[in-house]
Amino acid sequence: MTERASRLAPSHAAAPPGALTPAQRVTLFLSRIWAWVFLGVMVLFFVVAVPLTTGGSVNFLTVRNSQNILVAIIPVLLLGLGQTFVIIAAGIDLSVGWVMSLASVLSALALRGAFNSGVPLFPSVLVGLAAGVGGAALVGFVNGVIIAKLKVPAFIVTLGTSFIVRGVAYLMSENTTVIGLPADIRAYGNDALIYHIGGEGGGLYFLHRPEVGGELLRRMDIILPYPVIVTGFVVAWAMFLLHRTQFGRHTYAIGGSMDAAVRSGIPVDRHIIELYMLSAATSGVAGFLSTLRYTAGSAVIGDPLLLSSIAAVIIGGVSMFGGAGTVIGTVIGALIIAVLTTGLVMLNVDAFWQFIVVGTVVIVAVLIDQSRDLIMARAGGRVRR
Amino acid sequence: MSEPLLSIRNMSKIFGGLVAVDDVSLDVRRGEVVGLLGDNGAGKSTLIKCVSGVYQAEEGEIFFDGAPVAFASPMDARRVGIETIYQDLALANNLDVGANIFLGREMKKRHLGGLVQTLDDKLMLKESRQTLDSLQIRFPTLTDPIENLSGGQRQAVAIARAVYWEAKLMIMDEPTNNLGVPEQHKVLELIRTLKDRGVPVILITHILPDAFAVTDRVVVMHRGRKVAEKVTARTNAEELVQYMVGAREDAAA
Repeated sequence: MTERASRLAPSHAAAPPGALTPAQRVTLFLSRIWAWVFLGVMVLFFVVAVPLTTGGSVNFLTVRNSQNILVAIIPVLLLGLGQTFVIIAAGIDLSVGWVMSLASVLSALALRGAFNSGVPLFPSVLVGLAAGVGGAALVGFVNGVIIAKLKVPAFIVTLGTSFIVRGVAYLMSENTTVIGLPADIRAYGNDALIYHIGGEGGGLYFLHRPEVGGELLRRMDIILPYPVIVTGFVVAWAMFLLHRTQFGRHTYAIGGSMDAAVRSGIPVDRHIIELYMLSAATSGVAGFLSTLRYTAGSAVIGDPLLLSSIAAVIIGGVSMFGGAGTVIGTVIGALIIAVLTTGLVMLNVDAFWQFIVVGTVVIVAVLIDQSRDLIMARAGGRVRR
Repeated sequence: MSEPLLSIRNMSKIFGGLVAVDDVSLDVRRGEVVGLLGDNGAGKSTLIKCVSGVYQAEEGEIFFDGAPVAFASPMDARRVGIETIYQDLALANNLDVGANIFLGREMKKRHLGGLVQTLDDKLMLKESRQTLDSLQIRFPTLTDPIENLSGGQRQAVAIARAVYWEAKLMIMDEPTNNLGVPEQHKVLELIRTLKDRGVPVILITHILPDAFAVTDRVVVMHRGRKVAEKVTARTNAEELVQYMVGAREDAAA
């Protein structure tokens, strides 16, 4: 394994060479890449199965469907990104779903308030972003302080704040939904970088939705909607932060050994506070984007997403014991859930089956991680003897 | 004899009604390996924790490099150059050798005029390799998580970290515990290397062969008190055991 790869995936590094039987080596290799393989096999399955069951009228691997999947993973992925940092540091943030809701409400209120008092549209949107992410980060700060300074378990603290945040979001929203936002923000939440209309009378359009209707509209593919691009930047930033900076290194160290981190002089308390602020902030971005997408703030939007986001993180190979995991793993985890959901719907399978499949995959993911640890432990024992 | 680097004067540490360390004085000179012997509960670990800043002694003074010092935390002790390697080593097993040596003091590359800073893993790896080479420590690879290393190798990482950060005094708490025989020899060899480099070592142990293998002097504790101080070459195992079990005691010690 190369230097870079071992740094990017601390838990996935090779055992001392020569210590493993060929069978163990194969198992180890598969355990490292299974999520990619699983994703590939799943896509392949849907590519074959979807046209078969629909008599060829529907295809899985289309531009439109790929974009639908990308849009679908945004909230789960954003919630999962912050969670990835927190869980690598051996914590947990159960408040992300409701923090997203609160951010959606806050950004809607701030955006509407700014716009109605005469601020132009784009600055109003920025005010909404600041309010949503700032409000979320404040919740993260409170989480972090109680966890780091008062030593209350993260599970309890974030469970408590999620209820509090839920109440605040309901109270601040008007009957759960904030409406009356400027209609033009729809463009920010739904327009895309590229529009493509295939066939006769079509063409490529950039940045703005072409004014077409009827048959042309049906043939139009919307490629890279703005929220997808924003999420892409957040993913890139998270990768940089976790894998290339001191902040990331300290996150791994805290999750690997709290004792080592403290004794190495890492400002552990401050770091933990920053981690929960980060987790809340990415959830805040998710809330803000949902407000733009639906032209409304919603106090319930994040509620169903908490468990999916944790599932994505676990499927992506982040250890619940801390110390191991990658950003790209969480991206793959979120993709697996989105592809599964989309594919099952296209197969006309009852949508509730997705829960059963996702749940199974989560448990299998952890089993695979454990089998890897077992092999490594055996190999380690052999070397020592 | 040169000035002692570390001088502990009449130190006492009391937990509730228990006098864990009772009026102990101890000197350590440059380039010297001092064995701190005693049975379990003799007070050796407590004494050392008072020196490394984990505990604060009720009575007594510590002089380091001729100056009086007081440590409110382990970081204070490390700052003046006292590195303590405990049995649990305080390493992050999920990180590689370089990351552990530089943990908390990472080397960074500056970009865009310092606005963005990234880890300089290449430089850290290079520096780690040099330090390990100078200690004649060889690992098959430096870029795997150290959880794949043996106990002795991890011990070596902890020692290399202390050496890289220019420890002036090294305190090692039972370093050969839980190690296989070849590994024990390697650790003892490392202690000799440290001595050759002029870094004094306090070796806490209850294993007499270890003490005879590397120490210049031994101090024996029993029930919180220092009961003997001997030049290693002028004592024997039988005598030391008598001190350790409390069957014998030097009034002047």
